[in-house]
Amino acid sequence: MESDRLQKIYIDFASVVFREEFLDNQYTQLQQLQDESEPKFVLQVGTLFLEDSEKLLNGLRSILDQQDVDFEKLDACVRKLMGSSASIGAKRVKNVCMAFHNSCKNGSKEGCLKCLQQVAQEYLLVKRKLETLFKLEKQILAAGGSVPVLSQ
Amino acid sequence: MVCWWAISDIPMNWFIDAQIMEQRTGYLSDKSNLWLELSKKLSVRDWRNHLCNQYFGSKVRGTWWRKLLFLWVAGWLLGSLWIFWFMNSQAVEKRRETLASMCDERARMLQDQFNVSMNHLQALAILISTFHHAKEPSAVDQITFSRYAERTAFERPLTSGVAYAVKVLHSEREQFEKQQGWRIKRMDSTEQSPAWEEDADLVNEETSRVQGEYAPVIFAQDTYKHVISFDMLTGKEDCENILRARESGKGVLTAPFRLLKIKKTGGYSDICSLQVRLTSNATPAERIQAAIGYLGGIFDVEALVDKLLHQLSSKHSIIVNVYDTTNPDEPISMYGSNMTGTGICHISTLNFGDPVRKHEMHCRFKQKPPLPWLAITTSIGTLVIALLVGYIFHATVSRIAKVEDDYRQMMELKKRAEAADVAKSQFLATVSHEIRTPMNGVLGMLQMLMDTDLDITQEDYVRTAQASGKALVSLINEVLDQAKIESGKLELEAVPFDLRAVLDDILSLFYGKAQEKGLELAVYVSDQVPEILVGDHGRIRQIITNLIGNSIKFTERGHIYLTVHLIKEVMTSLDMETEAHSTNTLSGFTVADRRRSWERFEICKLELPGSDPYLSSTTSDLINLIISVEDTGVGIPLEAQSRVFTPFMQVGPSISRIHGGTGIGLSISKCLVGLMKGEIGFVSEPQIGSTFTFTVVLSRACTTSNEYKSSEFHGMNALVVDHRPARAKVTKYHLQRLGINAILEIDPNQVLARLTSGGLTTNMVLIEKETWSKGNSIWPSIISRLKDDQLDIPKVLLLANPSSSVKNNSTNSMEYISTIITKPLRASMLQVSLRRAMGCGDGEPSRNGRPPQLSLHSLLHEKQILVVDDNIVNLRVAAGALKKYGAEVTCADNGKKAISMLKPPHKFDACFMDIQMPEMDGFEATKRIRKMEADTNNQIKHGEVSVETFGNVLHWHVPILAMTADVIQATHEQCLRCGMDGYVSKPFEGEQLYREVTRFEATKRIRKMEADTNNQIKHGEVSVETFGNVLHWHVPILAMTADVIQATHEQCLRCGMDGYVSKPFEGEQLYREVTRFFKTVTKKNQ
Repeated sequence: MESDRLQKIYIDFASVVFREEFLDNQYTQLQQLQDESEPKFVLQVGTLFLEDSEKLLNGLRSILDQQDVDFEKLDACVRKLMGSSASIGAKRVKNVCMAFHNSCKNGSKEGCLKCLQQVAQEYLLVKRKLETLFKLEKQILAAGGSVPVLSQ
Repeated sequence: MVCWWAISDIPMNWFIDAQIMEQRTGYLSDKSNLWLELSKKLSVRDWRNHLCNQYFGSKVRGTWWRKLLFLWVAGWLLGSLWIFWFMNSQAVEKRRETLASMCDERARMLQDQFNVSMNHLQALAILISTFHHAKEPSAVDQITFSRYAERTAFERPLTSGVAYAVKVLHSEREQFEKQQGWRIKRMDSTEQSPAWEEDADLVNEETSRVQGEYAPVIFAQDTYKHVISFDMLTGKEDCENILRARESGKGVLTAPFRLLKIKKTGGYSDICSLQVRLTSNATPAERIQAAIGYLGGIFDVEALVDKLLHQLSSKHSIIVNVYDTTNPDEPISMYGSNMTGTGICHISTLNFGDPVRKHEMHCRFKQKPPLPWLAITTSIGTLVIALLVGYIFHATVSRIAKVEDDYRQMMELKKRAEAADVAKSQFLATVSHEIRTPMNGVLGMLQMLMDTDLDITQEDYVRTAQASGKALVSLINEVLDQAKIESGKLELEAVPFDLRAVLDDILSLFYGKAQEKGLELAVYVSDQVPEILVGDHGRIRQIITNLIGNSIKFTERGHIYLTVHLIKEVMTSLDMETEAHSTNTLSGFTVADRRRSWERFEICKLELPGSDPYLSSTTSDLINLIISVEDTGVGIPLEAQSRVFTPFMQVGPSISRIHGGTGIGLSISKCLVGLMKGEIGFVSEPQIGSTFTFTVVLSRACTTSNEYKSSEFHGMNALVVDHRPARAKVTKYHLQRLGINAILEIDPNQVLARLTSGGLTTNMVLIEKETWSKGNSIWPSIISRLKDDQLDIPKVLLLANPSSSVKNNSTNSMEYISTIITKPLRASMLQVSLRRAMGCGDGEPSRNGRPPQLSLHSLLHEKQILVVDDNIVNLRVAAGALKKYGAEVTCADNGKKAISMLKPPHKFDACFMDIQMPEMDGFEATKRIRKMEADTNNQIKHGEVSVETFGNVLHWHVPILAMTADVIQATHEQCLRCGMDGYVSKPFEGEQLYREVTRFEATKRIRKMEADTNNQIKHGEVSVETFGNVLHWHVPILAMTADVIQATHEQCLRCGMDGYVSKPFEGEQLYREVTRFFKTVTKKNQ
């Protein structure tokens, strides 16, 4: 059946995503939160995360662009990003954020810039993964199947 | 004709076998190879389809058949022309043959006639030789000869005259002339025609010149008397003839000439030499020598032919011409007109016995040949048939094309219709969803409205409105279902589920209604039914809900009893149940015999005859369940029973007024049962009750674990006291699900004996309330006896119906009873009740390693929780997680908002706050909130503000839990320092959340209990003695934790704990803490 095939693809893809630690257990927790009352919970949260992160990244860039970097402001931004990435379970983003956070503490602009680059890269990667997952979910639902609940 | 059929065969066969036609036409086409291949491959029908698809599918190919048709018509046109030509030539050939045969016949007859005449001439010659030359003197003279000739003329019808010339040598001339009395005359030299021309004799009667010999005519027929004495040898042609005749000894013919005098158009003179006594093999010289005279005769060929033609009846049909063709360049016409007949001419050769002379007979048809009607009609007929076939082909092809077009059009329409149908379904789904959403709003608001202060009328209105709203929603759902079923879009799931749990759910659903009506609601599932089944539990639930709903609607007293069995089980136990059935029911009311409700099921018929099918069904993974819903309601009137499963049918118009509903439910149930390969049936007796039974086919799941069986009650023994075995069976079933061994006892008097005698220790006694009430007097004695006998007395539990009538009864003996368990029995509810009664731990929800979601659910259910986070993603996730556990979540995105919202009085039960927030972080916000609360509490304490203003809450302290993604301990400590009550790390995990939420619940409860007692003591409400002479109760509680964080300590203290020891125990720390709080205790107690 089409949905079975898609489900298999979904699981394969998801397991790769999890193995490479783009996402972690939190994502599956979010999936478990999804039920009839909120059928698109993960999608909504995911979209929210992607939009929010985009803004935060822009914010980070603009802060780092300035001559005198306000490290406190930067740190707040980084923490925010860390928080939301932890919420969605974007583990790699979160890990880079922690490094970023440390750089902020140390006041190393160079480290911050490096981290920013990494964060941006990780963000793009996880974005792509999430979008693929959502697309697959949508296809599975369209094919009449149910999105398989992932577990570690 | 054969030819015609051979040709006409082909179009005939075309109707029979298109392949031949196709092959035939294939020769005409360029694609003959393709066609032949196709014709081999495809049958006629396929070919037609192929034709349709291949040749009418596109416009280019559309013209192909036109070409084919044109070729067909053209070919047959040529064909018919050929047929015409062929047949015509046949006719002509035949005509020619006819002519030839006629001509030949005439020629032969003419020849015969001629020969006959010749023979007569011969005979005459012989006569003369006999009577003239052989006799001396001659016996024949002119008169005799002419008379004889005259008389015998009938024998020579063609010979108009005969004459005899005698051979006279010159030496004998004198004597001959003397003897005859005349001189030999010579014929006129200028005379071209033979001497027979009568006008010549008068002119040239001069004496013949001197010659070697002479042939003077001596005898002649009267008509030709004038030729007597003429010397035949002097005539040029006669001379030749005489010489030839003499030489051959046969008759010879002269050239034809005209007999003017008698107006004959043609004649022949035959000169026959008269030879005497000659042998047949005489040489010509001998013949010349032997010649003594010459006999000549005139043949009237014209008369001959005329006569001949007269004899043949078909004279007038042909024209006959006879020619002398001795000189081929100048044929001499002997007979016939000069008019040239049309068409064909046949020439027959005539042989008149003279080899020198050649004669021919030319025959022609008088009439023109008739039009070849046969050929014309045949060819036209063929053409017509071919055209008809072509027309049929054309018509067929255009018909096919038309049908094709129509088909395409239909397909288009069908697509449109389908699209419309889809749109309709979507519309229906959307609309129903859209209706349901506001309806839920309406219903919710109505519910809230009912909670407000309303007078009776208003409340009635609201209730009516709500009932209508609910009916509308259920109607919409049902209509949707019906539509789905009808369109076949309803698909069944196949998921593993616990049927018992589903039934428990259904029971709890109807709990309220059953309670209202005072009905007993019970479920029994046979232990042979597997724990986990695979199927669509939602739909099974729908069917059962519908059936029970109906039952509840129509039942005013008694019970509703849901039973689940395996079909084979029912079949085997059929006989056993029969005798006791009528009275042994759940509530004591008689019920309809439910076996009758499945009497007509196919599956029963299948399985009844022998035991073999059971064996096969047990081995397979398919489970045949039979589910019955039995009620003691009003029943279905007999006349309405036939249309129970018809959609929108109700028993009567009054029913829907009284009970509501659409009457669609049973029809849907029937459809659903059908989808599950089952059957549904019912039996109903008015005023006694109805029983609906249905079967479903489910499959077995491999897992068999049961959460309840592994519960703490496993292995316990229970005594169920109930005077109704049927009801006791239900109780036993539920107990068994918890792993409790249940023993049934009908007679209350036997209870004591049971409890004391048996080797088994009975952990609990469950007594049906009805039984309890009945034997009211017995129980106290029993229980007191038990108390005397044993230390470990079993817990006594009462099973009560939720009906209020029983409730007030027998309160006097209530003290013996640990718990009253309200029916309907459900595993989860029973478990909770038993737990409470048995006193085994209720605080460890994660005992079975399962996430404490259920407990968390009950903890957070309908709690007002404020979530504060500036990060919308986190906010959303947190809210989602909390909502999942049933909490009512309010969101705030910064600290300031949170402060304003948490200003007392407020409705929130807890607050989850993010720490890192712009402007004001979580710590700051918490500090302010705490300060605010402290102020309020102080004000209340000092009476500055009335307690009422603050919702009668004396002490405001909203639990604030920090949310942080930080794993850094420092943050945690900081949280607690700021007055927060705990923290959860983001993201939420159910277990952690539960731990945090319930963390200090136990201690808090104990302290509250203590506080209450202390207060009561203080105010003298209870005597100090009762409480062990302790004025102030405060049990030291020490936290044990592996946490090394200082903050935990503080928190512990805040919750009313007295200290904490870290795990693993350290002697010193333990000593310090214990001594510390023991001091405190002493202090406090003083």
